[in-house]
Amino acid sequence: MSAPLGYYPGCSQSGTAAEYDISTRACCKALGIELADVPDWTCCGSTPAHTVDHHLAGALSARNLLQAQAAGFDRVITPCPSCLSALKTADAHLAHETYRAKVEHLLGRPGPGPVNCQSVLQVLFEQIGPGGVKAKVTRPLTGLRVAPYYGCIMNRPPGLMNFDDPENPMAMDALLSACGAEVVDFPFKTECCGAAFGMPRLDVMQRLSARILDMARSCGADAIVVACPLCQMNLDLRRGQVNSASGQDITMPVPYFTQLLGLALGLPDADLALGKLVLPLAPALIAAKEREAQREAHREGERAAKEAVKAGHRPAPQPVCEEDAPCA
Amino acid sequence: MRIGVMVCHCGNNIAATVDCEAVAAAAREFPDVVYATDHMYACSDPGQKTIEQTIRDLKLDGVVVASCSPRMHEMTFRRAVERAGLNRYMFEMANIREHVAWISLDRKRNTQKATDLVRMAVEKLRVDRPLTPKSFDVQKRVLIVGGGVAGIQAALDCADGGLDVLLVERKASIGGIMSKLDKTFPTIDCSVCVLGPKMVDAGQNPRITLHTCSEVEEVSGYVGNFEVKIRKRTTYVDWTKCTGCGACQEKCPSRKVPDAFNENISLTTAINIPFPQAIPKRATINAAHCIRLTKGKCGACAKICPTGAIDYEMQDEIITEKVGAIIAATGITLFDHTRLGEYGAGRYPDVVTSLAYERMLSASGPTAGHIKRPSDGREPKTVVFISCVGSRDRSVDRPYCSGFCCMYTAKQAILTRDHIPDSKAFVFYMDIRANGKGYEEFVRRAQEEYAVEYVRGRVAHIYPTAGPDGGQLMVRGADTLLGAQVEVAADLVVLAVGAESSTGAPELAEKLHISYDHYGFFMESHPKLRPVETNTVGIFLAGACQGPKDIPASVAQASAAAGKVLALLSKDKLESDPQIALVQAIRCIGCGKCERTCPFGAIRMRELRDGSKRAEVVETVCQGCGICSVTCPVRAIQLQHFTDSQLLAEVNALCRTWDETTES
Amino acid sequence: MQSPLQAIDLTTSRDQSFVEDVARESGQDLRSCYQCGNCTAGCAYTMNYDIPVHQIMRLVQLGLRDKALSCRSIWLCATCQACTTRCPNNIEVAVVMDVLRHMARRAGHAPERLVKTFTDGFLASVARHGRVFEAGLAACFALKSGKPLQDAGLGPAMLSRGKLAFLPHEPGGNGKAEVAAIFQRFLKDQESGK
Repeated sequence: MSAPLGYYPGCSQSGTAAEYDISTRACCKALGIELADVPDWTCCGSTPAHTVDHHLAGALSARNLLQAQAAGFDRVITPCPSCLSALKTADAHLAHETYRAKVEHLLGRPGPGPVNCQSVLQVLFEQIGPGGVKAKVTRPLTGLRVAPYYGCIMNRPPGLMNFDDPENPMAMDALLSACGAEVVDFPFKTECCGAAFGMPRLDVMQRLSARILDMARSCGADAIVVACPLCQMNLDLRRGQVNSASGQDITMPVPYFTQLLGLALGLPDADLALGKLVLPLAPALIAAKEREAQREAHREGERAAKEAVKAGHRPAPQPVCEEDAPCA
Repeated sequence: MRIGVMVCHCGNNIAATVDCEAVAAAAREFPDVVYATDHMYACSDPGQKTIEQTIRDLKLDGVVVASCSPRMHEMTFRRAVERAGLNRYMFEMANIREHVAWISLDRKRNTQKATDLVRMAVEKLRVDRPLTPKSFDVQKRVLIVGGGVAGIQAALDCADGGLDVLLVERKASIGGIMSKLDKTFPTIDCSVCVLGPKMVDAGQNPRITLHTCSEVEEVSGYVGNFEVKIRKRTTYVDWTKCTGCGACQEKCPSRKVPDAFNENISLTTAINIPFPQAIPKRATINAAHCIRLTKGKCGACAKICPTGAIDYEMQDEIITEKVGAIIAATGITLFDHTRLGEYGAGRYPDVVTSLAYERMLSASGPTAGHIKRPSDGREPKTVVFISCVGSRDRSVDRPYCSGFCCMYTAKQAILTRDHIPDSKAFVFYMDIRANGKGYEEFVRRAQEEYAVEYVRGRVAHIYPTAGPDGGQLMVRGADTLLGAQVEVAADLVVLAVGAESSTGAPELAEKLHISYDHYGFFMESHPKLRPVETNTVGIFLAGACQGPKDIPASVAQASAAAGKVLALLSKDKLESDPQIALVQAIRCIGCGKCERTCPFGAIRMRELRDGSKRAEVVETVCQGCGICSVTCPVRAIQLQHFTDSQLLAEVNALCRTWDETTES
Repeated sequence: MQSPLQAIDLTTSRDQSFVEDVARESGQDLRSCYQCGNCTAGCAYTMNYDIPVHQIMRLVQLGLRDKALSCRSIWLCATCQACTTRCPNNIEVAVVMDVLRHMARRAGHAPERLVKTFTDGFLASVARHGRVFEAGLAACFALKSGKPLQDAGLGPAMLSRGKLAFLPHEPGGNGKAEVAAIFQRFLKDQESGK
């Protein structure tokens, strides 16, 4: 096994998004990726910092890159796209002298050298890959229809994030497919959910999250699968607020992709903190099972009909399976 | 020697930053200079007359003109000195415009540099020798590469003028993009009805030989005597026997072959005739889809063919032809919209390219002229057209305007409203480029008479709506005039894909030794004054291979190129440029380095009776590049008009002036 | 730009230093914007903007500083990067929006008061604890926003799922102090106008 990867959990993952952190650690362990926390990590500054000052944002992120380098990591991974964006932005801009000088002034010491920052999704996709995942699946998510929702900054801007297609990312699709799930062609993979406006402009968040839920539902998804704690909070914890504004009652669960991956790998529910989801995943899993059972029955019927034809009987009319209707 | 110098003002182009009178005054002090003057426009009629008159009056035997680039007017002045009885090579030009006046505003130093350049020219002229061109026979045949409307027009014009024409086309039929179009703007003429007769003429004209399914493999030689190798790709059908009856196509069991002529929106058979009006109307087997060629079984076409034309063993053939001139007319290809994820990257069947839409509109297309959505065959009621897809877009390295998309989009919107009267048509545009005859009026008709809704703004995103209405595409754009985001639920989206240079254009340019730009478009010799010539003498351009062009512009340029070829080949003999390499046999040690280094194969090694070898230059092949002279270890090979002593005379003149200026 | 009633004098109203400052601080070539509207077309927030983003780019091109800095839009941009990703002229539009927001702050504009309150609260929490203390931030925002009960309904769900920590989860080592120092230097620079 190679040296452990520097792991930057990010603030949300020790609070409202604890299940993302827990399931990430469990999946990485199960897939043989060793993680070691960046020691004494602090907030990356996230969106609020860069909206106030680019150098302040740079210093807050650079401190963590320094911590990672001091601990001997040349690669840092984080589950959170917002943290990733902040760390990568700082890393990229530190190559410019004037920026570096101002950041070092705020830091009060020399800034870090280049650090390779990646998302957990990227590492799982590139290091393990769909093939590697498929080989370890013990409990395939057969029949579960999922809408993979990457959020706005996992892949954008492409020049900075440098991973996957910015308009139609496929990494999560591929991993979920490998888990046996049915991935719908979700057109709003990178549309914004309302980000941090949940508190200051609830109405804006409600409108945007409602659009995403509506699209996922019309695609026939059982679950929206996410890779961002902010997306998850808006779509899950704030679901009541979103539903009340849109006048809808959508109960579709919003698991992290690491939770579904863990399920497929056969990890115990406790390791995946499924209980922390506000909208329970269980109904979706049950629906998937029922659908699969129905399909099996249909296939059985077809086989029987074929044999009947072989035996010289008149073919019985086939029941129309509504599940076969295209959904997206 | 008696040398005259004229310093040109070029209006203000030179005189604004160079003291031309001072340069002339300085020149009077140079050795052998008996006369120096300045002139407002040396190239003008009075300017040239002055040069001629002075040569006669003062019995000059050499002239220097300090003016623009030799690429601009060297020929002009050479002809002028020739008219006055001098050898045209007893003339030198100092470029004090592009190399001096246009690159610096420092009048004092500009004047000094101009003086230096004139001194160099004078010193070279003092060791120049008269040169005499030789004449050689020319091939009265022309090769035209590309059988679109430009290539066809050029072929017909050249044949009309009495030249034999070889028309080489990569595809199975001539006709190009125009043969795929339904109607043409701004007249709404049926495209193939206009082009068809020209295609037939090209096919029947005894002076025109068609080589379709063919590509240029190699070009050597020089103006008047090019040698061209043409690869005739195997069609697996003996075209001397094939009658184009189509029986094979009916019997072919491989029926799921994407139909390239129909932009892959329909299927065809592995053996096929691309379209009803194809010229030549001959069948071709698509080897990738032929069951016989991929799996060894089948043979249905061979069984049915009444003339026994099918030949599964057929191989590519390479033929060699000699021609006197070449016209490149390779046209364009279209931007690959699958690069644009925001428009679905090709995932949505109802997002089609403009050319696919032409096939949908065409009566001879797969839907017989009924507009049907590729996904479900339904007639679309709302059609959205998006302009500038892969044009004016730096993010995909296509910053240029493709020129004709605005017009064909207006045409397609009009035809949509015409075909489906209860339909709505929206055009998202940034600016409308309608600068041809009748073009602006045509766009206004689309807006006013046909009620096409023009929306000024780009489209950011297209996604399928999976709601209760189902099967539509949401087009989310901006109306910048309103300052608002707008959405249209469309049944069909047509992308006005921009023009790109034809696939393989740079490779062809390399073979032809002509220049091409960053985007693969061929470079004309001069953007204003030599728009159909290339920098390689005897090779001309026609149509959109030079840059995006619509049909009338392509046809006009094709006729212009044909005119140039006819003028060139109207002479029985051409003069060779005497500025070529010359071997001094006495010095040559026969090492053969020059032979190996010559890029044109213009040097041969000749064996003497004593078995030793000497280099020999094939005068008509030598391009005068000079590589051999710098390669020769004993300076036995010299480029005429650029000999070592001539170049050193210039260098010495420059170094002397440099010493003087640094000392002061 | 709600149709101005008065003609804008394009010579006298142009603040050239503003144009240059935005270009320098953002590192973007603002002149390459040709007003295609793609940023507005793809922006999830256009519906909530008072000035659509392509018109903000226009205001910057024309040097109409006050209009650009006093608008609500720059506070409602979530930096989702749709505009930057799709700009045909490779302009990082989201960075321009960021820079305008910085300038608006310096000029004392805050038409979306609660956005500023949230941002300030977030950063204050980071400055104090080294990491964001989510519960503290929420409580603080509820008090300052004048809408104390907006998110009260989320409490039970969070409590029952162990998502509501009542104590900040602070870094163990020097991190907290170092972050505090970064903020101190930043605030000091701001006050001295660096």
